[in-house]
Amino acid sequence: MSYRLASGAPILDDVSIAVGSGETLALVGASGAGKTTVLKLVNRLLVPDAGDVRVQDRDTREWDPIRLRRSVGYVIQEVGLFPHLSVADNVAVVPRLEQWSEDRVAARVRELLDLVGLSDDAYAARFPDELSGGQRQRVGVARALAADPPVLLMDEPFGALDPITRRQLQQEFRRIQATVAKCVILVTHDVAEALALGDRVGVMEGGRLIWHGAPDAIADAGDPRVHALVQSSFPVARAETPPRSS
Amino acid sequence: MSALVRFWITHERELATLVAEHILLVAISTTIAVAIGVPLAVFATRRPRLASPLVGIANIVQTVPSLAMFGFLLPVPLIGGVGARAALAVLVLYGLLPIVRSTIVGITTIDPAIRLAGVAMGMTPRELLRHIELPLALPSIVAGIRVAAVVGVGSATIAAAIGAGGLGQYIYRGLSMVDSTVILAGAIPAAVLALVVDGGLLWIERQLSTRRRARSRRGAIAIAASLALVALIGSAAFTMRSPNAIIVGSKNFTEQLILGEIVAQTIERETGLPVQRRLNLGGTLICDRALMTGDLDVYVEYTGTALTAIFHQPAAKDASAVTAKVRDLYAASGRTLLPPLGYDNTFAILVRAADARARGLRTIDDAARVAPSWRAGFGYEFLERPDGYPGLAQTYGLTFRSPPQVMDLTLSYRALASGQVDLIAGDATAGLIKGLDLVQLEDNRHYFPPYDAVPVARAATLLRYPQVRKALEGLAGRISAVHMQEMNYAADAQHENPADIARRFLSSFTRP
Repeated sequence: MSYRLASGAPILDDVSIAVGSGETLALVGASGAGKTTVLKLVNRLLVPDAGDVRVQDRDTREWDPIRLRRSVGYVIQEVGLFPHLSVADNVAVVPRLEQWSEDRVAARVRELLDLVGLSDDAYAARFPDELSGGQRQRVGVARALAADPPVLLMDEPFGALDPITRRQLQQEFRRIQATVAKCVILVTHDVAEALALGDRVGVMEGGRLIWHGAPDAIADAGDPRVHALVQSSFPVARAETPPRSS
Repeated sequence: MSALVRFWITHERELATLVAEHILLVAISTTIAVAIGVPLAVFATRRPRLASPLVGIANIVQTVPSLAMFGFLLPVPLIGGVGARAALAVLVLYGLLPIVRSTIVGITTIDPAIRLAGVAMGMTPRELLRHIELPLALPSIVAGIRVAAVVGVGSATIAAAIGAGGLGQYIYRGLSMVDSTVILAGAIPAAVLALVVDGGLLWIERQLSTRRRARSRRGAIAIAASLALVALIGSAAFTMRSPNAIIVGSKNFTEQLILGEIVAQTIERETGLPVQRRLNLGGTLICDRALMTGDLDVYVEYTGTALTAIFHQPAAKDASAVTAKVRDLYAASGRTLLPPLGYDNTFAILVRAADARARGLRTIDDAARVAPSWRAGFGYEFLERPDGYPGLAQTYGLTFRSPPQVMDLTLSYRALASGQVDLIAGDATAGLIKGLDLVQLEDNRHYFPPYDAVPVARAATLLRYPQVRKALEGLAGRISAVHMQEMNYAADAQHENPADIARRFLSSFTRP
């Protein structure tokens, strides 16, 4: 698929990739590489100029955009929690739009806050500005999962966090993904994070997918740009473990 | 200060009604402005190209002075005319700008990440508006409502000019009586009301913008809403009228206020029909138009004024001919001229009572004999009018020791009493004639055109309620110039309430 700006400048050029259920695709690349554009094409915030985006075997152009977006959880970098709603109400937004009964909403909110490690009842009643950055991200994940969407998009979900919290949340993510088994596309500029979280990793540059494969195959990638990216991320690892291939 | 407090205490009931009318005007107009302004602003945020012309138009509306706005709306059907409806239309127009602007600002300044999150969660534009945009813009919208309401409290004082009631009535009454106590009696409560509205809405705004538990915020809004509701219902109860009330009007000077009360109380007493008062309307033409449109059922006009100002006919001298002609002109436009009340509010040539006694002066002819040794003082208007000084001097061969002095009409009474001048042209029914011991000389050559006071009513109203006609016919010839002078004096010099003066007058004569 391809996507152009109105000015004609290509943002994405001839990208083709598939993600299966229970699988996590981690897209990595410098900013401006087109990672976020891929996510926005999936939930039809954008529509491709050429080619197609298929979610659950249906072209996004055939989907009702509202139905599509409610089937696709989206965690954005700035989190975008609604400041006028409590944690519980933030998580409950989509279930309520879907007109679930209040009992069911309450049960789901509790379940999800447990899942993301905010089980204390005190959290549910708090407002977003009364939470730490890590807690806000957890709420963002819980909110995206609320209506049990088959697809989950995560745009730099741990980007703004300190390294310790980040490490902790990455572990939590693996645990959660093991539980919920969604089709996840995760975008990051951090190669280590992509390698740690992705079942498969895609490397993007200048709107193109220049490499994709299993994390442990990245060292074997033939493309020097991929090497450069990996090595720039592991300055220490480079000294310890020299490249295995020529 | 104590005079002011005394005024409030003696006018307690009237004050309460005016405050209630004022609150009601502001509350209803602000509510309508919100109902129009918020959707308009939301529409503007959806079509950004429309936003700046919209705010531009609202800005221009805001710069039209409010009195001019009432003037523009006077001939407009449905929303124009006189009374509360026209006042509401003007107040709504004024309230729109701050509400539209603050709503646009409130919505457009929402963090784009929050809106993106809403869209990405699959909210329809309507859900986004309802759950995200409006709640987040609410503090800003309330700030706009606060500005609109405070401006409304100020503008509503001007609404009294077109008979919408409110505290402006005291301000206008005070201006026409040149009595600062009465002006303050309206201006101070209006200022206090503005401060209360400002403070109350500011409090709500703070409650909304500080991060609080939803429950306590909801509580705050609920308290504010129920207080507003109580104020509204209370005000409405105060100003409620039955739909078939007879509406009595008057112009905006003391004598007219008293006449309006006399007419209103006569109808109440004689027919038992409910009466609504729209006194203090800002002028002859406003009253006339209101009578045409049905915003008024009856008010008291002067024959000479009707002939020249309303029907644009040349002035005439003969009283009964003028009355007959005016009656025909009114009848042709669906209005009925009732029998004259009994006095002629014409120009009055006045001298000190002491002089009149000492020299045996009764008519203007008598005065013309002694005038060459006198000084005269006239208002500017009297010196210029075709029915003023030049014709008078010619008709009676009047000459004075020196050319007449130009002075303010009200001051000329005092100038005469204190001996600075010896003859003035005043108002035949001015209370000061009695108060300063002056005497009116008879216009024995019938120089001045007649200004007989006559009730004018809508013919349709009189047909529907023949008892109203009968009641008003009972007033025929009942009010002499001296009666009117006394009543004006009671109001202007002794600050009595026009309603009380009218009541006392009506109970002083027994019906045949």
